[in-house]
Amino acid sequence: MKRTVIRNGRVIDPANALDAILDVFIANGNIVGVGKAPEGFSADQEIDARNHLVLPGLVDLCVRMREPGMEHKATIASETAAAASGGITSVCVPPDTDPVIDTPAVAELIRRKAKQAGNARVYCLGALTQDLHGERLSEMAALQQAGCLGVSNVRAIADSKIQRLALEYAATHNMTVYLIPEDPYLSKNGCAHEGHIASRLGLPGIPACAETAAVARDLALVEETGGRVHFTRLSTRRAVRMIARARFDGLPVSADVCAHQLFLTDNDIGEFNSVYHVRPPLRSEQDRIGLRQGILEKVIEAICSDHQPHEADAKEAPFCSTRPGVSAVETLLPLTLRLVDELQLNLLDGIRLVTQGPAKILGINAGTLSVGARADMCIVDPDRTWVLRAEEMRSEGRNSPFIGQSFRGKVTHTLLEGKLVFRE
Amino acid sequence: MNLQVDENGRLRHFLSIEGLSREILTDILDTAESFAGVPDQTIKKVPLLRGKTIANLFFEASTRTRTTFELAAKRLSADVLNININASATVKGESLLDTLRNLEAMHVDMFVVRHADSGSAHFIASHVKPHISVINAGDGRHAHPTQAMLDMFTIRKHKPDFSKLCVAIVGDILHSRVARSQIAALNTLGAGEVRVVAPCTLLPAAAPSLGVKVFHNLKDGIRNADVVIMLRLQNERMQGALLPSEHEYYQLYGLTEAKLAYASPDVIVMHPGPINRGVEMDSRVADGNHSVILQQVSYGIAVRMAVMSMAMRSGQSGGVA
Repeated sequence: MKRTVIRNGRVIDPANALDAILDVFIANGNIVGVGKAPEGFSADQEIDARNHLVLPGLVDLCVRMREPGMEHKATIASETAAAASGGITSVCVPPDTDPVIDTPAVAELIRRKAKQAGNARVYCLGALTQDLHGERLSEMAALQQAGCLGVSNVRAIADSKIQRLALEYAATHNMTVYLIPEDPYLSKNGCAHEGHIASRLGLPGIPACAETAAVARDLALVEETGGRVHFTRLSTRRAVRMIARARFDGLPVSADVCAHQLFLTDNDIGEFNSVYHVRPPLRSEQDRIGLRQGILEKVIEAICSDHQPHEADAKEAPFCSTRPGVSAVETLLPLTLRLVDELQLNLLDGIRLVTQGPAKILGINAGTLSVGARADMCIVDPDRTWVLRAEEMRSEGRNSPFIGQSFRGKVTHTLLEGKLVFRE
Repeated sequence: MNLQVDENGRLRHFLSIEGLSREILTDILDTAESFAGVPDQTIKKVPLLRGKTIANLFFEASTRTRTTFELAAKRLSADVLNININASATVKGESLLDTLRNLEAMHVDMFVVRHADSGSAHFIASHVKPHISVINAGDGRHAHPTQAMLDMFTIRKHKPDFSKLCVAIVGDILHSRVARSQIAALNTLGAGEVRVVAPCTLLPAAAPSLGVKVFHNLKDGIRNADVVIMLRLQNERMQGALLPSEHEYYQLYGLTEAKLAYASPDVIVMHPGPINRGVEMDSRVADGNHSVILQQVSYGIAVRMAVMSMAMRSGQSGGVA
């Protein structure tokens, strides 16, 4: 098995509060030394990381790869390769594939395809209810046995009784429930934040209270059921405040935000630009600031890409008739680095949001460069300025609102279990 | 980039009032003025668009708007295709873009489009070949700019100085593309005060950001108004729990002669039609001497002739007119 040394990089490992220029030693796919070579270590391969950052491979809480069921959009092979090029080594797939991940067979299929592709570690969330219909519970114990790290219904369950029972049943099996808080009645038919842009353009709105009402209900249910809940893809300032309060009160809840929500608002929709059609919708400037505040206060512990690659046709229609979502694995790290700049975050705190933070939420041993950990990592040239171009994107989906923008910091190498899976 | 005007600042597509200058709007009204006499001539036609093909693409049912567009096109001597595409074409799996490409292949010069989705006219305009003009005949809740311009034309006929005007728009603002375009047109033309009058359930979330004063009480809302525009109330609003009943709506927002007395003595009353008599207004108001509702309909043809001829003119170097 290959032995690799990564020389002279600035090693950033939030899990060990490590920020120093050191060598990293890898053998048999694991990290065997940081700073100090193990006895008798001799490298077959040396990577010079002078003036580069050496980071744990990123952990992305929400990546849709469109397989199975929507292979005309993208595949596990294409999207894990895109993820690897963005420094991501672990991805978590929500259960809204076709068929949905409500049986061990689908989880197994995804695991096998991912293994074949070999670009990234792929984890699944199982469906909370059968076919995500919000009516009958899925076989959560079986899904857990098949390796699902948690359960999610993607779309909110309208019936509060069923939601409560689902949380209780998940708690029985010690499974985290991932919730996208959105009251389906309040958001019905909506496609843009209910604010001045939707008012002017006549777009059916999704009010902020669609999110806060759902958070309020679910917090009330968590209080009674005691199960662990992760609120994913928050979009409103008030939801962040509510979750901050709940955490203060000791409820077992956590939260993430998707990267684009930290940079865009409903203003960006302009004249019906469908690349900005996302769900939850882009909200107001106050909300964007509130989400950033949530990060500063560590209420929000992870940033995910919410990667949703689409074929061009999916965005070629009047705004509300287009498919929501952005192709985002290639901008997760660049946007995180931009956030570090804009908020003047400590680099350790910034990188934690895409490594240790999400790994802890998923309960996986990843996102760290500890000795003994698997050598999932990436090397980044922090000073390189580059422009995101559609034709250079590796994802099958080119639906990114950041195309044409310039970024500082570029991934040059990605290693999965010590093996180079991306090299610029 | 403004889709609606060409490099010389001339009208190319007519998609929404927003994005157009006061000069262009005034130009539309002045051009319409020159067409207003056409129907009174023995030969009701001018040869401005002879040899041009205009397709009325209606994805949503409409009789009056389609008819006036058709008449306007015919009076400009254009050939007219009426294409009613109920949802079925899209149900069959044909995308809007495919429908469009097929029609383009028939060498159409202009699309007049009505569609249930906000932004559909912008979408079509940003995808058609460069020589084709797009006129928005109503897209979702977003805009109905020719309706707004015929309303401005009607107002200008009676009240030439916009800067002194107080205009009240009453009814379902939330779902109304007509109201959005009227508000934008009135503000662009410098109207003194624009008011909207409606219960909270029929107002957009950020109504004041549209440039209006918000009233919930009809008497207060139309007090001293020079123009009162009543909007049509769709039946489905009652099912959606936006309103309790037509009866209560009429009690609160229906325009009667008694309530109209609060407005300016020479107020004009408008309605984009079709009127629900006894819901939005009493018949005595609809047919009374303050009402200019039927004038709106006939001016509609002149205004649409103006917009069509102006948009076609920008497409060619020499110019027809």
